[in-house]
This record gives sequence, C-alpha cells and structure tokens, in this order.
Amino acid sequence: MSPDVLYTIEVILNGLMAGVMYALVALGFVLIFKASGIFNYAQGVMALFAAMTLVGIQNGQVPFSHLINAIFGTHIHHFGWQLPAIVAILLTVVVMIIFAILVERLVLKHLVNQEPIILFMATIGLAYFMEGFGDLMWGSEIKTLDVGLPQGASLALEEYTLKWAAEGTEYYGMYLDKLDMVAALVALGLVIVLSLFSQYTKTGRALRAVADDHQAALSVGISLRKIWVITWCIAGVVAMVAGVMWGSKSGVQFSLSLIALKALPVLILGGFTSIPGAIIGGLIIGVGEKLFEYSIGPMIGGATENWFAYVLALFFLVFRPQGLFGDKIIERV
Amino acid sequence: MFYRQAGDFKTTYRDDIQTFPLKQDRWGYYIVLAVAFLVVPFFINDYWTSAVMLPFLIYAIAALGLNILTGYCGQVSLGTGGFLAVGAYASYKIMTSFPDLNIFIVVLLSGVVTAAVGMLFGIPSLRIKGFYLAVATLAAQFFLVWLFNKVPWFYNNSASGQISVPERSMFGFAITGPNADAPVRYLFCLTFLVLLAWVARNLTRGRLGRSWMAIRDMDIAAEIIGVNPLKSKLSAFAVSSFFIGVAGALFFSVYLGAVEVGEAFGITQSFLVLFMIIIGGLGSIFGSFAGAAFLVLVPVLLKNIMVNWLGWPTDIAVHIEFMVVGGLIVLFLIAEPHGLAQLWRLAKDKFLLWPFPH
Amino acid sequence: MASGIEPGAELLRIENISLSFGGVKALTDVSFNIKRGEVRAIIGPNGAGKSSMLNVINGFYHPQVGEVWYCGEKRKGAKPHQIAHQGIARTFQNIALFKGMSTLDNIMTGRSTHMAANMLSQAIWRGTAEKEEIKNRRYVEEIIDFLEIQSIRKTPVGRLPYGLQKRVELGRALAAEPVLLLLDEPMAGMNVEEKEDMSRFILDVQSEFGTTIAIIEHDMGVVMDISDRLVVLDYGKKIGDGTPEEIRNNQAVIDAYLGVPHE
Repeated sequence: MSPDVLYTIEVILNGLMAGVMYALVALGFVLIFKASGIFNYAQGVMALFAAMTLVGIQNGQVPFSHLINAIFGTHIHHFGWQLPAIVAILLTVVVMIIFAILVERLVLKHLVNQEPIILFMATIGLAYFMEGFGDLMWGSEIKTLDVGLPQGASLALEEYTLKWAAEGTEYYGMYLDKLDMVAALVALGLVIVLSLFSQYTKTGRALRAVADDHQAALSVGISLRKIWVITWCIAGVVAMVAGVMWGSKSGVQFSLSLIALKALPVLILGGFTSIPGAIIGGLIIGVGEKLFEYSIGPMIGGATENWFAYVLALFFLVFRPQGLFGDKIIERV
Repeated sequence: MFYRQAGDFKTTYRDDIQTFPLKQDRWGYYIVLAVAFLVVPFFINDYWTSAVMLPFLIYAIAALGLNILTGYCGQVSLGTGGFLAVGAYASYKIMTSFPDLNIFIVVLLSGVVTAAVGMLFGIPSLRIKGFYLAVATLAAQFFLVWLFNKVPWFYNNSASGQISVPERSMFGFAITGPNADAPVRYLFCLTFLVLLAWVARNLTRGRLGRSWMAIRDMDIAAEIIGVNPLKSKLSAFAVSSFFIGVAGALFFSVYLGAVEVGEAFGITQSFLVLFMIIIGGLGSIFGSFAGAAFLVLVPVLLKNIMVNWLGWPTDIAVHIEFMVVGGLIVLFLIAEPHGLAQLWRLAKDKFLLWPFPH
Repeated sequence: MASGIEPGAELLRIENISLSFGGVKALTDVSFNIKRGEVRAIIGPNGAGKSSMLNVINGFYHPQVGEVWYCGEKRKGAKPHQIAHQGIARTFQNIALFKGMSTLDNIMTGRSTHMAANMLSQAIWRGTAEKEEIKNRRYVEEIIDFLEIQSIRKTPVGRLPYGLQKRVELGRALAAEPVLLLLDEPMAGMNVEEKEDMSRFILDVQSEFGTTIAIIEHDMGVVMDISDRLVVLDYGKKIGDGTPEEIRNNQAVIDAYLGVPHE
C-alpha cells in the first residue's frame, strides 16, 4: 500500500479514537436527557470536576486550601499522603453521588415542569457554578492525572504496520495512542454494563419506564425524584470516566469542560435519546473532523477542528432535523 | 404626590399605547435621560468610564439585541460572541477602507453587515427549535471566531493578528483611539443605546413585536392565524444581530481600541449576554438594562470586596465570581424566571396601591 | 378573493381527500362542500379525523390524495399563513393562545393579515405604522365589545379562566375578519350557561358579519340547533352529510354513535 492510503487509514483510526472520547461525554447527556428531558450542559464540567477531584484526592490535596490560606493566613496545601488510584476513584464516585443528590435537592426539584429551554439554561448556570467551585476547591492550575493507564504510542502496532507500506517508500508505521485504545475498550465496557443494567435490573426497568412516559411511570408507583438522583449518579460516574480518559490524555484543565460542547453536535447527529446513536455520532464527528483537517485543513489555515463538528451538525439540522436515527416529527395542533 | 394611576385618563388610543402610560413614569424617564446626558459626563473619570459605564452601555445594547431574539422571539442563541466579532471586524474593515467616513455611520454600517450575517445563521431556525437551534448557533460562534483568526484579510495582515482602531472624531472630538476623552466616549455610546432602546421599544410594541412573541409562545398557532414564520424569525435575527453588531463595533472601536478575536469574543461573551437577559428579564427592554448593569457591577463589586478590601488573591475572586454568577442564574430561573424586570414591575404595582393595598 | 361568491354558493369544496401519517390513515376519500354563509358542522366520534379535516382546510396538513377548492380555485401547496391571508381563520381544540401576551395583543395579532407597515416605519413609530396600529386597534376594540371582554383587555391571557380564554381565542380569529371561520370544539369543557353564551356569539358572528362557519362540536343538542348542515365522519370516512333532520335519521350515523361493531 502507498503511504498516502496508510496515512488516511491512520487518520481515520485516530478519528475513531477521538470519536470514542466524544461519545463518552455524549453518553452522559443521553442518560440524563432520557430520564428527565433535561439537556445537561454541565456534563462537561462534571467530567472536569470529577477529574479534578480524583487528582486532588489521590495527591492528598487539602480542599479549598487557597481560600483557607487567604482567610487565615496559613500555608496548608497537602495532607501529605498519596492514595492508591482505586481508592481515589471510589472516593470520587462517592463525591459524584453526593453531587447528584445535591443537584436534585437544590435545583431540579424546583424546576419540575419548566420548559426544556429554561432547564437547559439552568444547567448552564450550574456549569458556571461548578467550574468556580471546582477551581476554588482544588485550584485552577493544570494537573496531571495518572491512574496507571498506559501512555504513549503503541510500538507493537507501529512495527506491525511498518510492513504494510510499499517497498522503498518512507513510512514509519502507524501511530495510535495506547490510551485511546484503552478508552475505546472502556467505552465499550461502559455501554455493555449500562445496557445490561437497564435491561435486567428493577431500577433499570424503572429508568426505561420514566424515559418512555413520565406520567405513566408515576402512576405505577415509580418515584421520579429517586430516578433522577440515580440518573445523575450514573451520569456523574460516566462523567468521571470521561474525565479520567481526557485528563490522562491532555491534563486536567479548563479546556476539558469545552469537550462538553463538542458532545452537542454528536448528539444532534445521533439523536438525544439513543445510546448507540451517541456512539455512532461520536465516531462520525471524530472521523469527520480528523479527515477534514487532514485533507482540507492545510488549504484554509488549519485548526478546523474548532468548528467542523458544529457546522456539520448545522447542515444536519437543516436537512434532517430528527438526527440519523430519529423518526420524522409530526406536529399537531 | 403619590405614585398613582388614578386621574391619568387616556382619551385616545395613541395615548394608551405610549411607552410610559403613567405620567410619573414619564417624568422619571425624562429625569434619567437628562441626568445621563447632562450631569454624568461632568463627573465621570477614566476608571468609572472603562470599568463600569462603557461596558454597561455596550452590553446593554447587546442584551437588547439578544433579548429581541431570545426573549421576544424565543430563539435561543449562543452565537452572540461571534456576532459581536462580526460587528467589530466590520467596523475595522470599513474604517480602514473608507477613512473619511463618519464614525457614526461606520458603527451603523457594521450593524447592517452583522444583520446580514445573522440572517444567514438564522436560516436553520426555520426548521429547528429550542436547544437544537442553540447548538446550531454555536456553529456561528466557533466558525466566525476561527474565520477572523485565520483569514488575514480581516485583520489587514497585521503581524500580531490583532486589530487596532485608527483615530476618528466627530464635531472635533476624538471618539476612538488613545486621545478620546472619557466623557466623549461615554456620550457616543449613550447616544447609540438611547436610540436603539427607543427602536427596540417601537418594534416590540407593534405588529412585528407581536409576531415575534406569537412565534415564541406558540409557533404553529401563529402561523395558522397568518403570521409568516419565515419573515418573523429572520427579521428577529436581523434586528437582533444589528444591535449586537453595533455593540461589537463600539466594543472594539470605542471601548477596547485593540482586540484579538479569540480573547475578546469567545463563547464566554455569548454566555455573559445570555445571563444578562435571564437575570434582567426575558422579553423586557428594562430587563436588558437591568441585567447588563447587574452583571457589569457584580464582578466589580466582588473584586473590590475580595481583592482590595480583604486582600485575597485575584484568582480566588474570579472563582467565587463564577460561583456567584452561576448560582444567581439558577436562583433566578427557580425563583423569578422573568428576572429583575418582573421584580421591578411587582414593586411598582405594590407602590401604585400603597399605603392601602386592598 | 371571496367577494365574488354569493351567499348560498359554494365557498369551499373538499374532493376525495385522503390523509395518512406513516401507516396510520386519518382520512379516507372524504368529499363535501361548504356554502357561503352557512354554519357547517363536522361531527363524529373521537378519532374520527375531524381535527385532521380542519388542519387540511387551513393548509397545516397536506393530504396525499385529493383536492381542496376554495372560492372556485384549486389550492396548490399553500402555506398556512398564506391561507390565513385568503380569509380562513380558526380556533383550536386545546387553547392555543399566546400565553405571554395580553388579551389585547392576542387579538391584535389576529389582525396581522390586515397590517403591512414596513420595518423602518415600525422602528421609528411614525407614519403608516402608527396610523395602522391605531386603525386596527379601533377594530379590535369593537371585537372586545362584541365579546364583552373589556375588563380583561390588558390581562395576560395565561391568567384567565378557561371559558374566557376560549372567548379570547374566538376574538383573535374574528379579528382577521375571516370569510371562513373554523371552530374546533369551541364549547368543550364548558357548562350549560357558557355554552349558551358561546352559541349566541357564533350565531351573532354568522348573522352580523356574514361569516361562514365550520364547527366541530360533540354536544349534539347544540350542534343540531345551530348548524345548517352537518357532515359526519367515522374512522376517517364520511358516513353522513345533510341537514340536522337527515342526519338524525341516518342509520349509519346512528350505528356509529351507538357503537355497532365494524365487521
């Protein structure tokens, strides 16, 4: 094969990997949207917050240390311990569950029956609050997150693909990040676990019932508020997984919350209520933006990844508003 | 002399549909205008102008614009930052291409250019609604910022990628550039705000405004009783973008003087202006003013308290500002979805009946 | 457009209309006509396709098969707002008022089809815009008087009780000075007294403004009293068409209402 073809394949593979990452965030959106009809803008910030909390707990950071120091003139920063990754992850899960309960108590409960767009704006407010809160709690500097996931390029793949190139051409093998591959596996695992959960557990059935019809679910004795807390817990955990993956890849920093925005076009393509849709939408966006940047990007100045996903979504919205898998919308009066 | 409705009879329909039906309100309005034009300019210094007054005036114009689109017509936009950028870059290109053109005209033309761009990005609104549209407007935000960043024509190939404003004056007073005095810049922006607020009021009380609100409240019924959704939505996008474009032009030329697109017109601007109209009151002219004033003042206030008074580091102040603003948004949406404007209305209603509320 | 149609002549003709959503058939091969100046009722059990029929008449649904003739012209793919401009107005089964607006503004919105001032004139509130606003306000005040809703002129409609909302909605439709007025269950959920009021308004509209009325209503007593002719739908098919007397003696109609099983 000629190197050009191989490069293109490489771009597509990398796009798929990036797509998995988008899909991970989109998954959280879909869960909450299905259960409560809320378009949770804060999902990305939740991922950021979870990642920060994980790093903070792992490194034994004192929460709010900057604030405490500013008020009392002290100089505390760390407890001086280092926790194993698994303990830190479990503690972070606990934090995300507490967060879910608080969100339900303080925000959602009071916004029942509001229009979707009001709820959407409320989650933007929530995102702002959490961003400030997370920074205040753990500091806003860029942090490295290391929970023992493999890093760097996969040498085995590079060596293996080296042979594919045609004789006499310069080709150094295919570059794929090991972390990306782990992320793909984790995402796959997550989807399997979630579908098993929603198919075979009582809570899962209740979740699906609520997603189908709030009123009917209420009438057979399903507590909406409980379901919402559970959904936000699950979404919190999904956010944490996404946060860990993105954090390991590019450090824990503010830009992480912007990946939430990238998940929006993913959802437009995949539909807001379909988990497979979220995955496929993520993959299409991932591959699409990488291919576009690779083929057209150099001609128009590069960095097209900033907007490609949104413009693609825009075209989709104009020509197929219901997404790839949605049914045609019939309006009634 | 109490604040009263009684005795203020309307004998013509023209009287009944005026902006301030109550005599006292009318007088209050004239007094505010007189103070703003004749008193304030003599008392403001550079700090107040650049920290409070100019941002307030300019954001109020942007908030009016977004409120027309979101508050009156019900189309949520997250592309405000991008449209501000269009206004800024349009004014820059017009100023540098036609050096003799009056700055007032330049700002208006920038609004016209932005209106055209806004209509273009408003086309998807004919098919999609709600947060689907919000996502579509994100495309405008990111694409426009990228465009101004990557195409050298827009910043006249300047090495830094920034645009900086040339000096322009009116009636012998420098309006833009380093030699412009604080009161002059203030008055220039104030004039635009007053004019545009008047236009916004006129548009929203007439046929066009009613058709926007009809689309917002129930789009299908609106179409069936004869409101053309295409014209209503696109006109809302056009008018809204015109306002935001004027704000962008003023933001760049009068307020900042030099901008880098990613910094000055990022997605945070879109959210800021959206927050202003949520807190101020969706679908309210007064609300646009109140929201802009509120969100310009809160950070200044917080910073003064925390940094200057308590001596905390600036980054803590910024984090707390985020929490306060985010918290306020949630609080307002829960407790008073119609914002400060509604609180103001309720207070006035109470006052109308005071001291005998029954 | 409708000026050439004499009272009693055919205003609207529905020809072999069939409408389906996906696999669900809402209307099958329905034909009937409406004459100028009459009160024409469309009745039938729930799910018979009555509302779909109104949606076809005002262009919100486009039938797959069949033709709509209005004022002697065949309609071709017009949009609902264009049809409103041709003089067809309606009210809705589930009240579809503009909740954030006052009674006055709601009814003024119904006048949209009679207003044409350009944007510039509206922006400065001078010239045509102001004149047009005041002229139309005068007309709207007449409707407000007619419906006896003066006291709620400036109340946001969201705060009004159900019966008044229905009345405001009728006002909004009347504001358009329609040739053909479509009323979708205007008396649903009303008590006897309110129904009497509404019936009186409907008959007044017909006699005072000469408006042609197509009405969907479930209360047989009221329908038989106020309508000149009825068309009966069942499962999307027309099963009866004629004067109240003829309908009362129509076996198919009796069967449909008494629930004789379909073979």
